Order: sequence, then C-alpha cells, then structure tokens
Amino acid sequence: MLPALPLDEAGKYVAAAYLVFLALVLIYVAIMASKLSRIEREVVELAELVEGREADADASPPPARAKEPVA
Amino acid sequence: MLTGAFALVFFYAPLDVDQGFVQKIFYVHVPMALVALVGFIVGGAFAVMHLRTRESKWDMRSYVAIHLSVILAVGVLVTGSIWARASWGHWWVWDEPMLVSFLIVFLLYATYWPLRFALEDKEKQARYASVFAVVAGAFVPLNFAAVRMAEQYIHPQTGATIAGGLPPKMALTFVVALAGMSLLFVTLCKYELASKHATYRLRALRRRLAGDDDELTLTGRSAAPQL
Repeated sequence: MLPALPLDEAGKYVAAAYLVFLALVLIYVAIMASKLSRIEREVVELAELVEGREADADASPPPARAKEPVA
Repeated sequence: MLTGAFALVFFYAPLDVDQGFVQKIFYVHVPMALVALVGFIVGGAFAVMHLRTRESKWDMRSYVAIHLSVILAVGVLVTGSIWARASWGHWWVWDEPMLVSFLIVFLLYATYWPLRFALEDKEKQARYASVFAVVAGAFVPLNFAAVRMAEQYIHPQTGATIAGGLPPKMALTFVVALAGMSLLFVTLCKYELASKHATYRLRALRRRLAGDDDELTLTGRSAAPQL
C-alpha cells in the first residue's frame, strides 16, 4: 500500500468517488422521471379517449325500439 | 439520512491513520457493496417465493431488487477502482480476491437480462429467471465467505488506527451511511415497482379500451417481467 496521499491529492479521488455515486443516483432518478412523465402522458391520452367516447355516447340518439306486432 | 451520513463523513469521522483522507471513500464504497450483495440475496429470496407460489409479483420484486443491485454494483466497481488507484497506484489489481470476486458476481448478474430476453414465453422466462436468481443469490454469500477465508491476501484494511479496529466515531458514521444506503435501496425499489405497476395497468387499460380481449398479453419481446 502506498503512503497516505496529501489532502489536495486525496481530495480529487474522494470527490470523484462521491460524484460517481451521485451521478448514478441522478441518472437513475432522471430515467425514472422520464418514465413517469410518459405514464402521465398516457393517462391524459386515455382520459381524453374515455371523455371522447362518453361525449359520442351522449350525442348519438338512443336506438329506436322495434314495434311489437299487434295481436 | 444519506446527506446526514455524508456530513458525518466529512465533519465528524476522524482521519484514518494509514490512508488519511482517501479512507473517506470507505463510507460510500462499502455500504454500496453490502447493500448490493444483500440486494442480490433478497432477489434470490423473492425468486424462491415466485417458484413456490407462481405469483408474478414475486418475479417482479426479484427483478427490481437485482436491477438496483446491479446499478449499485457498477458504483462499487467504479468507486473501488478509484480507491485502488489512490491506495495502490493502480486502477485495478487482478490478484486482489475481493475485487475479482465482486467483478465475477457483477458479470454473473449481467447475464440476467440476456437470459430473460432470450425467452419469449413469459411464464418460462419468469421461471428460468427465478432459478437463475436463486442459484446466483446462493453463490453471493459463498463467494464472499471464500474470499474471507483467503487469508494470504489482504484487502485494504480500513479503520486501522493506533488502537486497532474501527473507532466509535468511524463506526457510527459507517452505520449511518449503511442505513442511509439501505433506505435509498428500499425507496428506489418501491419507486420502480410503482412505476412498473402503473405501466402495466395503463397498457391493460389501453388494450381494454381498444377492444382487445387478451388485455394482459404483451406484444413483442421484453426482458421485463409481466404482471
């Protein structure tokens, strides 16, 4: 094992190690956030689809009843 | 909690007698390694539950635990390499059993996704992946024990003070860092599980609205488990 590095030399390695950890967590959270935003977009799309269908169902007249034969 | 742990690392924990300031890497490297290894074992335990119950939720949990553990393992390898460079003057030392054994574990788990992706039948994929997770999960503690028994080699000893052993201030900092890392792992697991559940429910709902009767069948090949 090498002798202990001076603070200015060692600081670079310590900072690099902690930045690697931070970068990993940030990249993971960023990927998850993009997935979450995609889910949100899909929810909005589905909500619009359902609203559109409900509006179509309200606008169209109810089907006419077939006349019953008179005995 | 992790922020508090890192504050303790830099403002509370004393400097190591042998390694000096470089030893601060220990507080991020070792908790990450321990949580990753435990995550692999937990993934194996979930896989056992999947094989016993055949419920897909256990396969999903096993998948997420292994996924996060592999991400942490990447961090362990990189931070370990930085520590090795600062302590030994080399980025990688092939005759150091701890490093090489961890790399073997990492490479073993790196084959988990190709294995899943190779199987199109979702039931078969889940079953084979669970068997893999159980076998690999059992390999992790055995591997760790084997390295510990290899006494002729010495991994960089931390906490080597004049009195010997990990002093109380260092031990407290390490325990807080380990707890923080464990909580981060659990939180990210829950986050990913919630995201996957929401994705699958949305897909099912979309198919249902589109009038597809077979609403839970996914189209295309994927390594991700199916709920």
